[in-house]
Amino acid sequence: MIAFENVSFAYESGEPVIRDMSFRIEDGEAVGLIGANGAGKSTIMKLLLGLVQGEGRILVDETEVNRDNLSTIRHKLGFVLQNSDNQMFMPTVYEDMMFGPLNYMVSREEADKRVDEILDRLDLQHLKHKYNHKISGGEKRMAAIATVLAMEPEAILMDEPTSALDPYNRRIVINTIKELSQTKIITSHDLDMIMDTCSRVILISKGSIVADGKAEDILSDKELLEANHMELPLSLSRNG
Amino acid sequence: MNKMEKALNELGHMDELAVQESPVHAMNAGAKLLCTVIYILVVMSFNKYDLSGLIPMLLWPVFMYQMSGIPVRTCFYKLRIVLPLVMAVGLFNPIFDREIMLHIGNIGVSGGVISMLTLMLKGVLCLMASFLLVATTPFDNICAALRRVHFPAMLVTLLLLTYRYVGVMTEELAVMTDAYHLRAPGQKGIHVSAWGSFLGQLLLRSMDRAQELYSSMLLRGYHQHFHYAPIKPFKFSDAVFLILSIAFFAIVKYVNVSELMGMFLVR
Ligand SMILES: Nc1ncnc2c1ncn2[C@@H]1O[C@H](COP(=O)(O)OP(=O)(O)OP(=O)(O)O)[C@@H](O)[C@H]1O
Ligand SMILES: [Mg+2]
Repeated sequence: MIAFENVSFAYESGEPVIRDMSFRIEDGEAVGLIGANGAGKSTIMKLLLGLVQGEGRILVDETEVNRDNLSTIRHKLGFVLQNSDNQMFMPTVYEDMMFGPLNYMVSREEADKRVDEILDRLDLQHLKHKYNHKISGGEKRMAAIATVLAMEPEAILMDEPTSALDPYNRRIVINTIKELSQTKIITSHDLDMIMDTCSRVILISKGSIVADGKAEDILSDKELLEANHMELPLSLSRNG
Repeated sequence: MNKMEKALNELGHMDELAVQESPVHAMNAGAKLLCTVIYILVVMSFNKYDLSGLIPMLLWPVFMYQMSGIPVRTCFYKLRIVLPLVMAVGLFNPIFDREIMLHIGNIGVSGGVISMLTLMLKGVLCLMASFLLVATTPFDNICAALRRVHFPAMLVTLLLLTYRYVGVMTEELAVMTDAYHLRAPGQKGIHVSAWGSFLGQLLLRSMDRAQELYSSMLLRGYHQHFHYAPIKPFKFSDAVFLILSIAFFAIVKYVNVSELMGMFLVR
């Protein structure tokens, strides 16, 4: 369970970026966070991970997100950053994938097994021993997703997981997301992907929730989307 | 590929060197670290006129490079930017210290020249030894070894982040230089008028990225322990290596090897 209770936040000396926001996400839900550039989607994720602190209460499984229990919270949440260059810091993809599990005291054999299983699932075995500074942007994105999956978190937060991916890898990511049983929060401007992977959508504008409901309802509301700098997903605009 | 990207590739290349296989790579990181530190201390401890005493110290790094399979020229190539700076340290000695200390044939050599050469050699030797350590040990393992000897966790983290920061900064520099030249074709370098904003941007951007990188480490459980970078166990061979190396340093330091060899040759 993940909950925001009257959360507000502003970066230093700036306008509020999140305004008195409340929502609740139950275990196993797949929620799409959508909204224009600068609406506050990435900031919501940072608040949830305790990377920035705001006012109000944020709960993860009844534990409040604050300085004292950051490590408990972070163990539960896996985060795919918007910019994968900043996600990968070990020399090779393999070492990067091992980093999380080993830090959480998973045995080396167990971690090795996980890594192989995930690389198979994502069709990435060829990247295993590649150097992070020698792989393409899209490959790095796939590798970043793999590093997060290797941690087997209880909930997964993905910030723009399909940007920079070619259609083949985009499809793999979508299928992988669909197979995950964990709680998922995904931000994206790729509304077709959100349509495919999420049952619920929260639409953000200027730091406030403007709509929260079933994905098919919100994603088929042409006026609402256009008022928020978005367009109907291709799959819907063709049919309708 | 611009200059910066090349520099970046070289940084990456360091990581690649560090995971090769050789007797030196296989050594315990702590043993290597300790040995390197002692080596540097011994080199620094030589008297500033003791050039002939210092020269035999060259044998250790040369031998180690041989063992590690890393050509000495790789070191000099990678450090080509720092090397002149280190060498420049003693440049003024010959001007201030003109007392003649030694005659080669009938040319007098002043103390300044000798102390300059000694300083240069010291610099080069220390660089060679440090480079060898970094090139044969993944950086995270060096950090793990430092933690093992109870080096303060904060400092080790700082060291690790600095190492990563250099990479991030080079990357940003590469991107920004490209972006600049695309909009200022035919210009060589970056115009003076843009230096201020360029530098400011570079710092801000690389700081933001370094911050995110660090967050990413924290999010994946980094807590200043290095379980993820296990140090190779301290083996019997490591002990032998350590003892032999230290014995060698002691001999070079306290026995005048050059003189000894000279005596043999004279006989
Ligand atoms: N480090 C920061 N310092 C100051 N302001 C920031 C910082 N990061 C983001 N902002 C501001 O906060 C607002 C929300 O940013 P956020 O990154 O959450 O948007 P977003 O919804 O993720 O947008 P996008 O779709 O472009 O990724 C923006 O107006 C942005 O200018
Ligand atoms: Mg964002």
